[in-house]
Amino acid sequence: MSTRLVEVRTKILKHNDVVARELRQRFEEADVCVVSLVSSPGSGKTAFLESTLKMLRDQYRVAAVVGDLATDNDANRLARANVPIKQITTGTVCHLEAEMVRHSLEDWNINELDFLFIENVGNLVCPSAYDLGEQSRAVLFSVTEGEDKPLKYPTIFNTGDVAIITKMDLATAVDFDRDAARGNILAVRPGMRIIELSSKSGIGMEAWLEFLKAQRNATKQGILTSTTI
Amino acid sequence: MHELSIAMSVLDIAADEAERRNGANITAIHIKLGPLSGVIPQALVSAFDLARETTPQAGCILVIEEVPIIAYCEHCQASRSIESPQWLCCPECGAPTAKIEQGRELEVTALEIEA
Repeated sequence: MSTRLVEVRTKILKHNDVVARELRQRFEEADVCVVSLVSSPGSGKTAFLESTLKMLRDQYRVAAVVGDLATDNDANRLARANVPIKQITTGTVCHLEAEMVRHSLEDWNINELDFLFIENVGNLVCPSAYDLGEQSRAVLFSVTEGEDKPLKYPTIFNTGDVAIITKMDLATAVDFDRDAARGNILAVRPGMRIIELSSKSGIGMEAWLEFLKAQRNATKQGILTSTTI
Repeated sequence: MHELSIAMSVLDIAADEAERRNGANITAIHIKLGPLSGVIPQALVSAFDLARETTPQAGCILVIEEVPIIAYCEHCQASRSIESPQWLCCPECGAPTAKIEQGRELEVTALEIEA
């Protein structure tokens, strides 16, 4: 039997893209600045988010949703920041999808928020393909992971808007080569904004706060800077 | 390892199309994959073999077209093919090229249908 070739042209993650687009529109209408965090496990994402929430909470209305394969340890830990926290337990799924974010926000009034953070599952591979409707995506890696992390995971860095180098208080102890790390980030994402910080010592957190405030102003003025796919 | 869920989405697209065409038999699915799609071709092939088993498309094959990264070089004012996602620089002048024109593709482009 003969076969014929039929052109279709359908994005494989079309459903995710559609939901992400709807979320992005909802966030814009609600004037909430949405920032997602991605990194490998153990880069200090949760500690960083906890510090961020504590720094913002007196001045802004903040909340976070956190994704994990199992356990609600991160949500419990973040609850210490005394802001609304929701856990998304993904089971065997190694990344968050837009549908999971939408579902988790169902009983929240996002109009009452200034900032919403989405902490992805610790993974530098799979989250790169999934748009979550965020305005900005921060890609984190710690000084203990090695300067070549961006070269090993170029795709996720390429979808990010800002690179955060964490645990800078340990930089000297691990002979962290700052210039090499910055060079590697810029090789996979030319022009990427880089912030070096330590949520433990507080160094660099001010620059991160400034970045967030600028993002928030952009949200309010309707200037979206996200290049996330 | 999200290739399994990607493979299942590919099969869903094929199943929808088969249904739209009154249960046509799809023998091959052609997809286009870019180096910045976050999907590893070999992993997708293995996942696809596994995922298709329980579907009406069990005999269907996956044909992957891998496309290179193409970025626009502001300095040369030209589109350039980039060899590696680890070095997004113009191969001619060496300037960093942030403007990606191709390379994120993750799409079904065509189906082979038994006539």
